[in-house]
Amino acid sequence: MVDCPECGAGVDLHDDLEVGEIVDCATCGAELEVIGEGPVDLDTAPELEEDWGE
Amino acid sequence: MLYSRIRRDEKLLLSELRDRGHETEKIDVRKEHFDVHEAPDAFEGVDLVLDRCLATSRSRYATEFVAHYDVPVVNHPRTAAICADKARNSLVLAEAGVPTPRTTVAFTKESALEAIENFGYPCVLKPVVGSWGRLMAKIDSRNAAEAILEHKETLGHYEHKVFYIQEFVEKPGRDMRVLATDGEPVAAMARSSEHWLTNAAKGATTESIAVTDEMRDLVERASEAVGGGLLGVDLMETGDEFTVHEVNHTVEFKALDEVTAVDVPATVVDWLEAKAAETPEAPT
Repeated sequence: MVDCPECGAGVDLHDDLEVGEIVDCATCGAELEVIGEGPVDLDTAPELEEDWGE
Repeated sequence: MLYSRIRRDEKLLLSELRDRGHETEKIDVRKEHFDVHEAPDAFEGVDLVLDRCLATSRSRYATEFVAHYDVPVVNHPRTAAICADKARNSLVLAEAGVPTPRTTVAFTKESALEAIENFGYPCVLKPVVGSWGRLMAKIDSRNAAEAILEHKETLGHYEHKVFYIQEFVEKPGRDMRVLATDGEPVAAMARSSEHWLTNAAKGATTESIAVTDEMRDLVERASEAVGGGLLGVDLMETGDEFTVHEVNHTVEFKALDEVTAVDVPATVVDWLEAKAAETPEAPT
C-alpha cells in the first residue's frame, strides 16, 4: 500500500504493476500514475487531452 | 514500446511478449527528446518499435523520428498521419474505392452551413482529430447547426475550424470493429447502443461477431489504403452492405479481447514477431 499524493489515504496496489499505468485512489477518486516500481511511487495522472485515443 | 500511458491493452501485449522471452523496452515519449541527427539511446539495439502512444500528436511525431533513425516501427508514420486525421482517412478510403460515408470538408461557418443544408438533417459534424466519440455532433436542425458551428469557430483550436461534415448513416443500433494485422482480420466485435454513438468508450455493449467474406475484403482494402499495420477498421451496416467510416492506428483491443474466443494479444505478438523477422537488424 502506498499513500495517495492527492489525499494521503492508502492506495491498494495489485502485483503486476507497470510504470505508466493508472490506478485509482479508492478514497478520493484521483487517477494516479505509477512513476516508479521499486519502491512504488505514485503521482497525479495527467488530465485527459483532446488528441488522446485510438 | 512507445507509450505515454500503459493501458490494459499495453499490459496484455507486454505480458505476452515477456512470456515468450522477448526483451521489452518501454520508452516513455514524455521523457525523450528526438534529435534530427542522433537517435536517443533508448533505441539502441531495438529490433522493432511498437507505437502505443495515447496522444495522437506524439504518435505521429515520434514514429516519424523512429523511422528517420532507420529503426523499424509499427505502425509506419505514414499510416499514423493518415489515420490520425479523419479527413485524410476519408480521402484515402475514397481513393481506394472503399465504401465510406459521404463526407465534405469546409473551412468557414458559412460554407459549412451550406454543406450541412445540402446533406439535410440529420447529419454529423466531427473533429478531424479526436477519438472515443468525443466532440461528435449529430445535427438535427439548422438552429443546432448554426449554434455548433459558431461555438466551434469561436472557442475551438484551429483544427476545429476544419469542419468535417458527414452523412448520418442509419445503422441498426450497432457498428463493427475489426482488428487486423496488415489487412488480415484477427477478430471482430459489434458495438451496440441505444445512443447514435456506439463507441466502446461511450459504454456501448460489445459482442463477438464472425468476419464475413465481404467484411474481410473491405478490411483488407481499407488496411492497404492507409498503408497496413495493426489497425482497427470500423464498419457500419447499410442494409446488405457495409461502409467503412474510419481506420484506427493505435487501436485499443481490450474490449475485443474480453468478448472473442481469439487470443488477441497472442495473435498480435505472432504478427510482431513476423514483422521483426522480416526487418533488417536495427543499428547498434
